[in-house]
Order: sequence, then structure tokens, then C-alpha cells
Amino acid sequence: MTLRSTFVAFVAAAIVALAAPAAQAFCGFYVAKADSKLYNKASKVVLAWDAGKTVITMASDYQGDPREFALVVPVPTFIERDQISVVEPTLVDHLDAFTAPRLVEYFDNDPCQPPIEYMRALSSAVEDAAAPRGANSLGVTVEATYTVGEYDIAILSARESDGLTTYLTESGYSIPDGAAAVLGSYIKQKMRFFVAKVNLGEQQRLGATFLRPLQVAYQSPKFMLPIRLGTVNASGPQDLFVFALTRNGRVETSNYRTVKVPSNVTIPTYVKGSFAAFYKATFDRAVEREDMRVVFQEYAWDLGWCDPCAADPLAAADLNKLGARWVAEAGTQPAPMGQVFVTRLHVRYDREHFPEDLMLMETRDNTTFQGRYILQHPFFGKLTCPDAEKYRSELRVRLTQEALTLARLTGWRYDDILAKVKAQSGPTGQEGEDPDSSWWRRMWE
Amino acid sequence: MWGSLALSSRWRGWLVDARHFQIAALATLLTLNLTWLDFGADPRACAVMIATCCLTQVAASRIVGIPVELRSALITSFSLSLLLRTDALWLYALAAVIAVGSKFLIRIDGKHVFNPATIAIVALVFGSGRAWVTPGQWGAELWFATLLGFLGIMVLQRARRADITLFFLLAHGGLLVARALWLGDPLAIPAHQLESGSLLLFAFFMISDPKTIPDSRLGRLIFAFAVAGLAHYFVFFGQVRPGLYLALALLALTVWPIDRLLPASRHQWVPAPTPGGQV
Repeated sequence: MTLRSTFVAFVAAAIVALAAPAAQAFCGFYVAKADSKLYNKASKVVLAWDAGKTVITMASDYQGDPREFALVVPVPTFIERDQISVVEPTLVDHLDAFTAPRLVEYFDNDPCQPPIEYMRALSSAVEDAAAPRGANSLGVTVEATYTVGEYDIAILSARESDGLTTYLTESGYSIPDGAAAVLGSYIKQKMRFFVAKVNLGEQQRLGATFLRPLQVAYQSPKFMLPIRLGTVNASGPQDLFVFALTRNGRVETSNYRTVKVPSNVTIPTYVKGSFAAFYKATFDRAVEREDMRVVFQEYAWDLGWCDPCAADPLAAADLNKLGARWVAEAGTQPAPMGQVFVTRLHVRYDREHFPEDLMLMETRDNTTFQGRYILQHPFFGKLTCPDAEKYRSELRVRLTQEALTLARLTGWRYDDILAKVKAQSGPTGQEGEDPDSSWWRRMWE
Repeated sequence: MWGSLALSSRWRGWLVDARHFQIAALATLLTLNLTWLDFGADPRACAVMIATCCLTQVAASRIVGIPVELRSALITSFSLSLLLRTDALWLYALAAVIAVGSKFLIRIDGKHVFNPATIAIVALVFGSGRAWVTPGQWGAELWFATLLGFLGIMVLQRARRADITLFFLLAHGGLLVARALWLGDPLAIPAHQLESGSLLLFAFFMISDPKTIPDSRLGRLIFAFAVAGLAHYFVFFGQVRPGLYLALALLALTVWPIDRLLPASRHQWVPAPTPGGQV
């Protein structure tokens, strides 16, 4: 049996909330999100941290043969069997969707009418594409083995990396070149390991068609996420999403710069149909601009509310399951405000640019931030006042500016963008529009 | 060095005071922070700290009856603006009061004990639980430019006591490399750990504060190695991230005994003694 080992890293974080239902008064609606399904080779980690109490949930995007799945996870302290469990993948997906960068849209008022506040809800959510030799003789102690859900788990402690590498190899795991050095470093730092592989019998019995996220809880002052094993055999950069749940405020990396993704910019309305591609290009460009050396913050908010909400708020019970154990299990009610702060970090990394593990730090900063992109639809109704000309002449300047913004964010060619704005952002002949839309064409001449 | 230049004695005096170059360098960094590369420095917090540091210095100088001297207060407020973060403006003001106030209140044998910015950071981070220190990840280019700039100021000034900066960087870098070799880690890791703007500010502006370090060269060598060693212990074994500041604050208490054991002449900012003394 040859197992292909998938090395994964992890972290720690924690806090709680009170129920203020989402969807506050807000003129402009969430219409699309760019969740982590966009990315190949993306892993998601939920990290609940409460002053040294860590619960880490690791969701794998593993798509291959379950017989070939194996995960080696370093943890900073000794763990026992009841510290490892599995959670439903929908919980992690829900947090992903809730914190994803979002597209909102507004509509210009009729410039010939006194301003009336009105909104239109659109909900066209865009789904994104997106028995070996005696272990002891090798200096490896198998502290415990057992089955958790569809996984067989072995908890290991080791005295030296050679022994651990040999043990893993003889157990059927293929260890990438260079992993032994990293394992050796972790062993000297007194880290322990657990190994998870799929128990096919259990998987069939449970009827699971996918692998559920593994969760491990432990107590340690080390607030960090070991990413080094994951870079050993990687072919190119990988994406990691960290969802940190804490009591007090934003989480940042203390050994890499944390940078906010570009946000709150108005972009051409035609992007509505291609938001996923837009955000992917924007993120790629931001990574390039920062020379792939920073960690990006995509969302930072009290989990008790959202504005606008990219998904339904998470129930207190679900946050509890994700590790925010200081939240009272209040069933399906959202967590109250002021109890859980979530930080969504997105890092694209490889060994060259991220030589060290991610060291994390909880701050007291609870300033809200979200990746938010705005569509401002022009008014296409019939205009009956002298101000109409002024509106339309200003419109051209505004749309040009939006095209420039889009070019700057994504690196797409300005001329291509402007051509699409002219072709795809204008009047469509729908009911309520001015039947004479020739002004749109003339505007660009 | 300046003697050959046709400068008035007033200008010569101005140029040999290292603090003027330090103020210029820190002001440049702070401006970059606020305008170009966002490290989270908040303009309001900077304004509060600069104003409070200067006001505290003026008030305390009046009470003690010495001439008002704002240069050190400015350096302290710039350093704090670059390093310290909290969630409330009044905590920034408190940091400024602690920093400057400590110079007047906590003194042994005519020397203040703590570097002002260091004691303010330690007091707020460990005392309030609401403050943290920015990671200082400025990127390689700005880091190198800053390093060169700071070294340039040091050489230009021929500041004898700046040897402690080199002693400290040597000890700190040596420990990081030794740790990497022991762990079998690539040297990219200690290189990355050294590439921090906070570390530069610490080495060039905090541990190098000539008023709060031993007077003798051997004393400074011992002191620098002790700070590096204790900080290393705090960071890697105690998981205390702001370990550098804590180590410096704790070991500041050993400066007086070191000076007793290894006596040497006192530091003066400007070679010719000024009447009334300085704080």
C-alpha cells in the first residue's frame, strides 16, 4: 500500500457573540461572493484561540482516491484521543461563504427627481468555479491509535527525525525529500505529531463520500500555524485561508506583514457576471504587487452582525462546534454581538517567500473590514429636466474612472475593459428604460 | 570631522548632536508609514503621542526647574508611534506620559533607569492587556535603506556608545543563527527573523539610549549580550512575542550595579557640558 502523504499545517485562536440578525439597513445588496472554491490547492483552517486554548479545524480539498490520503499534522503539545474529532464540512464552508469578498450594487436615482431612497434586491449569487518495524526501536512512540469518524489516527512522539521518517515510510507514507529536516526541527521544538488516514470500512459504513474536516483541541501558548511541511513538496504556490475566531479583535501575523486586500472600490457593472474572475485577478495582482511576501486580510468583523451579509449568520452552536467554546450553545440563534471576532486571512505561499511558520497574534483592534466591491448602475429611465445633460456628461467621467480602477486592480487591459463597458453596461431596452437610448452611444463618441 | 568646515560654532554644535539626525530619520519613517506603506500607524495616535510627550516634558521640566529640552521627547514619541498599537487614544496618551514621566521619576544616581519608549511599551502591553507591538515587517528594500540610514547616522556621529547597537545585533543575530543550526533549519529563517523594522528601531533607538546603558564599553558588551539572551528565552521558550522590550526593561535594573563595578565617564549629548543638566 502506498499512501500519498498530504502535509498540512495548522494554528490556534478564540471568542463568542449576541444575536443581532444580519441584513442591517443598507442600500445596496450582496449579490455575489468569491469564496475559497476559486482556488486550486487551497486549504482552509479555522482557528479558535482563547488565551492559549486552541481549537484547530482543518478542511482538506483532497479530491483523489481516499486510500491515498494521509495527513501528518504537527501540534505544539501532547494530545490525547478525545482532543481529536471531525466536524461537518458545511460548517467550514459556511464560515468561508460568510466572510468571502463580496459584490454589492447600488442604483443611481433619477437625476430629475428629488432623491428617494430605494433599493432593489438582487440575489443572483454567482457560484464560483472553483505494520512496520517496532516503532519504539526507531525512537518513535505511538502514543495512541484509534478511529475518529472515517479516519484512523495515530498520535506520535519522536526523539529524532530519522526515526520518524523511517517509521512513516515503513508505515506506507511517502515522505517528500526535505521533509525530514523540517520534522527534525519540529521534534527539537518539542512538537508532537498525529497522522490521519482514511479508514475505508468506516467511510463506507458512514456513507461519507467526502472527507470531513479534522479538528484538534489543545492548550499551548504557541499561537502559530506550521506551514513549512506543506511547502516541502509543493509544486508552486498554495493558497491557505485562515479563519481566526477570537474574543477581542483582529488576528495578524507577527512575522509577516498583514495587508488588507483592496476594497470599497466602484467597478464597472458588467463585472457582475464575472465576479469570481474579477476577484481572482485582483488577488493575483495584489500578491504580485507585494512580491508574495504578505498575508492578506479579507475580512475582520464581529460575528454578531454583518453588513451586507454574504451568507446567513452562523449559529452560536455552530461557532461552538468550530472551537469558539466560550460561546454559550444557543441553538440556531446567531452568536450575540461582542463575543466572537472573525479574521479571514488569505495567504499565497511557497518555501522561498514564506520560510518560517506563521506566528499569529491577537490584537485588540476590532475595526471592521471586508473585501467589498461596488457596482453603481446608471439611471436609464427617461430624463425630462435640464439636469439630465449634466448627469450624462458626468456619467462618462465616472464610467471611465471605474474602468481605470478595474484595470489597476486586475491588470486587465484598459482598452478591453472600456470596450466591455460600452457594450455591456448600457441600456438593455427593459421596461422602465428610456426607449431612446442613442445618448449612450453618443456619449462615447 | 566638522572642524575643517567653515561652520559657525552654533551649527557645529547642532550637527554633532546625534539626536537631530535621529529625529530626521524617524520623522521620515513615520511619514512613509502614514503615506506610502501602511503598517497600521494611526495619524491621530501619532498626534496624541507627540503632543503628550512634549507637554509632559515641558510640565516636568518646569516642576524640576530645568530648561525645556524637547529633542528626546520627540524621539520617544516617534519611536512609540512606529511601534505601539492600542485600541484607544487615551492609552496612547498614557503611554506618552509613562515614557516621559519615567525619565523624571525613576532615577538612580542621577541617571534615569529605563529607556522611555521601552518602559511605556512594557507597561502598556503587559499592564493594560490592550496594547500590542507592530510586527514591523517593512519589506526588504525599506529595511535595508533604514539599516543603512541608521548606520550612516552612527558613523557620522562617531557616537562612541553606539557600540552597544553592534554588540546587540551581533548577539541577537548570532543566537538566531545558532538556533537555526541547532534545529537544522535553513538560514533563510534567521535572515527573515532579522528583517524586521521593529528590530532596527530597538537596536538603534532603544537599547542604544546612552542615558540608560552602562558607561563602560565592557559593561555595554555584557549588557547587550544579556538583553539578547534574555529576549531569546522569552520569545522562543516563553512565547512572549514582545520579548525584546521586556528583556531590556528588566535588565535596565542591572545598569547601576554594572556602572559601580565598571565605572567610566558619564554620557553627554553635546561634548561641552551644558548648564543645568538635561533630562
